[in-house]
Amino acid sequence: MLYSPAKAMAKALSRFAGMGKKYGVEWWILVIGALIILAIVYMALFPGVIAPFNPHNQNAGPQLLHPGGEHIMGTDNLQRDVWSRIVYGSQTILRVAILAAIISSVFGITLGLVSGFSGGFFDRIVSLIMDSLYSFPGLILAIAFAAMLGPGVINITLAVAVIYIPTYFRLVRGQTLAIKEELYVEAARSIGASGFTILWRYIFPNVIATTVVVFTLNVADAIMIEAALTYLGLGLPPSIVDWGMDLAMGKKFLPSGQWWLITFPGAMISILALGFTMLGEGLAEILNPRLLER
Amino acid sequence: MKSLTRYIIARLLLTIPMVFILLSIVFVVLRIMPGDPVSSMLGGHAPEKVIEQKKVELGLNRPMAIQYLNYLWQVCRLDLGESMVFKQRVTKAIAEKLPATIELSIFGIIITLFLGVFLGAYAADKRRMARDYIIRLYGIVVYCIPVYWMGLMLQLIFGIWLDFLPIAGRTGPRVFASTFEKTGFYILDTILVKDFSALGDVLVHLTLPAFTLGLVLSGIFLRLTRANMLDVLKADYIVAAEARGIKHRRIVYKHALKNAFIPILTMMGLQVALLMAGAVLTETTFSWPGMGRLLLERIYLRDYPTIQGVIIVIALVVATASLIVDIIYAIVDPRVRY
Repeated sequence: MLYSPAKAMAKALSRFAGMGKKYGVEWWILVIGALIILAIVYMALFPGVIAPFNPHNQNAGPQLLHPGGEHIMGTDNLQRDVWSRIVYGSQTILRVAILAAIISSVFGITLGLVSGFSGGFFDRIVSLIMDSLYSFPGLILAIAFAAMLGPGVINITLAVAVIYIPTYFRLVRGQTLAIKEELYVEAARSIGASGFTILWRYIFPNVIATTVVVFTLNVADAIMIEAALTYLGLGLPPSIVDWGMDLAMGKKFLPSGQWWLITFPGAMISILALGFTMLGEGLAEILNPRLLER
Repeated sequence: MKSLTRYIIARLLLTIPMVFILLSIVFVVLRIMPGDPVSSMLGGHAPEKVIEQKKVELGLNRPMAIQYLNYLWQVCRLDLGESMVFKQRVTKAIAEKLPATIELSIFGIIITLFLGVFLGAYAADKRRMARDYIIRLYGIVVYCIPVYWMGLMLQLIFGIWLDFLPIAGRTGPRVFASTFEKTGFYILDTILVKDFSALGDVLVHLTLPAFTLGLVLSGIFLRLTRANMLDVLKADYIVAAEARGIKHRRIVYKHALKNAFIPILTMMGLQVALLMAGAVLTETTFSWPGMGRLLLERIYLRDYPTIQGVIIVIALVVATASLIVDIIYAIVDPRVRY
């Protein structure tokens, strides 16, 4: 049979709808979340196509212009186009949040695996440190780190990454402790597999699946923390376009009623976080319906 | 009750390593990072000699290990030292700011509990109906709204457009500062001196910040309550109550909610950290003179003792709050034994 794009498309669509029937509302939550993320990722990848102005252009229009017409989200006090700044700002927040989540998951998962597998004194010490960090308000820790590291994209990423390591650690360690007692691990050990082989070939693949959901929700959280830090004036030099910094700047114009300067950047932070949360919630329901009670 | 006392003591002892670890991390990171209190105090152009002298005065020239041990010994004597930038005891600076944060947090959590628990219970009762989905959607959306943005939007709507709520500070200009000398908890203070117009003023100023904090956290509680209620509503005693012909509403909001509330209480202990983080951000948005603002101000000045002190106190507040929740848990549910 000849390959027909129309048929393939129809088949994909029917499968898509079928998934909706099978999983119900959760499937649609996942799809909406994914669409939100795709839209914003597209914005970040091709800002030049979408944004009508350069985000640094201080001559885009009159000062503090109301939304409408050429400037769909108005202009700020430095005569820059708010919509263009939002489009370019998506790059910063996505980069920091995703990179931070990757860094903390790599450290957290590795530590959790090793700590849970080896046990003993090392496990106790690491667990104690992780529990202390976990029980302390993450944001306050991130504020302290961001302020001490000074402004910069890498620095703010590290400050955000530090506070999520315990989340992965606790999850992975708990699972490792359970899986280590399984019969197949026992079998591997009895045929002489080394500790590293057992950890890498037998335990790791079983642990990694559960971290997917946590990773997605972690990105959502990291988005809000990143924006919080830049809103507080920590973390980034002013030459970088960022939603949190635009929000902080717009805050000054709140008493005089220039609502568009705070409404749009803040709404974008919420929408992006919502996208990742919905993706995570949908995934959690579909991958493991018992994880979150329906 | 004896076992409970033992449990409390054990829990209190467990907070010591937690505070110790946090303190050590902050202590070391503060000192290996660029910037120090002397240069932020004297500016960049002070002569080398003056800087050196000031460093000797503050003990910053000594090896880090010695500084660390000295500081630990000081903390063990319950002394947080003196600010390196201002002539002020750290304990005093914190004592001035802590009540503001606690007052805000308490009212925030009250609003959260009301909204979250009732909406959650209602959603569970109307499970899989349109109302359930709407409430759950509210829960997810409200969870994704950053607390500082929520604060700004509420300021814009109620403070600027409708113009009937103040958007900054704990009191208006007409209230005398001397009213608030007793406890630092403004509500308590105004009641103690029986100044009810001041009390009204304080409450009006508290409204927006408390709602900001309460709304944002309500999503989590809504979800917890709903999940617990779904379990409880399936239980045999609910079916039995239903069979006895007790009104449905009474069963849901009295019999079921009472039992679903117990696990929610334990979760509340875990959310205290989130509450504190939210309070810090709310404070900056509403110019609320609490711990969050103190921390931010002093971080810029690299005021080591104050930063360390604030971190210790926040850790202690979190630990104490979750301990209190556990004790309430034991009192509310007589089945719990420690």
